[in-house]
Amino acid sequence: MNHDKLVDATGLACPLPIVRTKKAMNELQSGQVLEVHATDKGSKNDLSAWAKSTGHELVSDTEENGVYKFWIKKG
Amino acid sequence: MTTPTVTKMSAKEVTRFIIGKEALFILDVRNEDAYQDWKIEGEGIVSINIPYYELLDEIEPALKQLPPEQPVLVVCAKEGSSQFVAEQLAEAGRKDVFYLEGGMKGWSEYLEPVKIADLSQGGELYQFVRMGKGCLSYMIISEGEAAIIDSARMTDAYQQLLADKGAVLTHVMDTHLHADHISGGRTLAAKYDAQYHLPPKDAEEVTFDYTKLVEGSNIVVGKEEIIVQPIYTPGHTIGSTSFIIDDQYLLSGDILFIESIGRPDLAGLAEDWVGDLRETLYARYKQLPEHLMVLPAHFASPSELGEDGRVAGQLGVLYQHNPGLHIHDEEEFRRTVTENLPPQPHAYQDIRKTNMGKLEPDEDTQREMEIGPNRCAVHDN
Repeated sequence: MNHDKLVDATGLACPLPIVRTKKAMNELQSGQVLEVHATDKGSKNDLSAWAKSTGHELVSDTEENGVYKFWIKKG
Repeated sequence: MTTPTVTKMSAKEVTRFIIGKEALFILDVRNEDAYQDWKIEGEGIVSINIPYYELLDEIEPALKQLPPEQPVLVVCAKEGSSQFVAEQLAEAGRKDVFYLEGGMKGWSEYLEPVKIADLSQGGELYQFVRMGKGCLSYMIISEGEAAIIDSARMTDAYQQLLADKGAVLTHVMDTHLHADHISGGRTLAAKYDAQYHLPPKDAEEVTFDYTKLVEGSNIVVGKEEIIVQPIYTPGHTIGSTSFIIDDQYLLSGDILFIESIGRPDLAGLAEDWVGDLRETLYARYKQLPEHLMVLPAHFASPSELGEDGRVAGQLGVLYQHNPGLHIHDEEEFRRTVTENLPPQPHAYQDIRKTNMGKLEPDEDTQREMEIGPNRCAVHDN
């Protein structure tokens, strides 16, 4: 999937994946897509809850070899 | 400028608040679903939930909801986010800010040892209270020998007590094949070269060697000092077995709890086992002496914690007060234990397979599988 910006938060523990995601999101325009990579198992539930509460859309997510990938469209 | 200090609070310290029914204010910063599913509870505990990601830019929303002058414990899933939020609170001027060491993962794994009694022949009986998950396990020690019943996955607390008492583990028993937690029985038995006993009807599919628990075939701990008498009490599972120790203590597994009774649906055979559960609770247990102290394998509510944190109740008293023992109509009993049950424990099918030896997940996965409450009783929330 295409993305406008990529955040690599692999190896980082909470709260850093969301801190980085949030910061990167601030630099995007509405409708642009941010791709996030993380290895923290809690990041899936937290990122989707965060996206929901902030009006962004978690468009898709995958998991491969312990790396979670998320595509979030800015609201 | 000095850095404001925040202090780590251990699961053991939190346990002291719960057992002592002392006031503690908790700011839980996990996501809302995780909080709704499972949280730290106690009679003196008040908690609120604000996810940490809502507090990254400003801590004000949390400050507004904290009671003035009271210590605050910040809790998250693993630790990092609670420490982050605790530091923001301290920077904003809050005093007495703590964060939970190891987060809810650490909380789930902590075992509090409580001495239940000295036994008639000089032995001792301990209960291990897993506060975060509501699981209870037991150790009998006599004459330098020990037995552990319904072991948790984490075995450090047992090993510590064995070392303190200079005892050798000779027997490990599970009252049934557990569906809510991974048994430490096999690990302990291998480490100490002890016998691992399981009810054969629950163990038909296990992939390892074990000793069959048979009614009438007593287990001796400490040179014929302490007799552990297994009695067949099906219902929560078809193999469920209770133990009578020293003619005083009834280890009831997941059949009978202090304020509830076991659910029969976790192996997928609720309808088949309803009759067994009823027979065990309303006939077999009824024939046992009323003075027996019931020591179950779970508790669901902090109200079941007694003096010094123990979970125990006299059989005769439970027959008066436990709602699960007062359902006289058979059809109503069937409905109570098969319909409107609480959600099943997380990953309970994989937990059962792991306890059979069919799955061998790594430690991290095992930890994840066990997250959440035990939910083995009919009346759990």
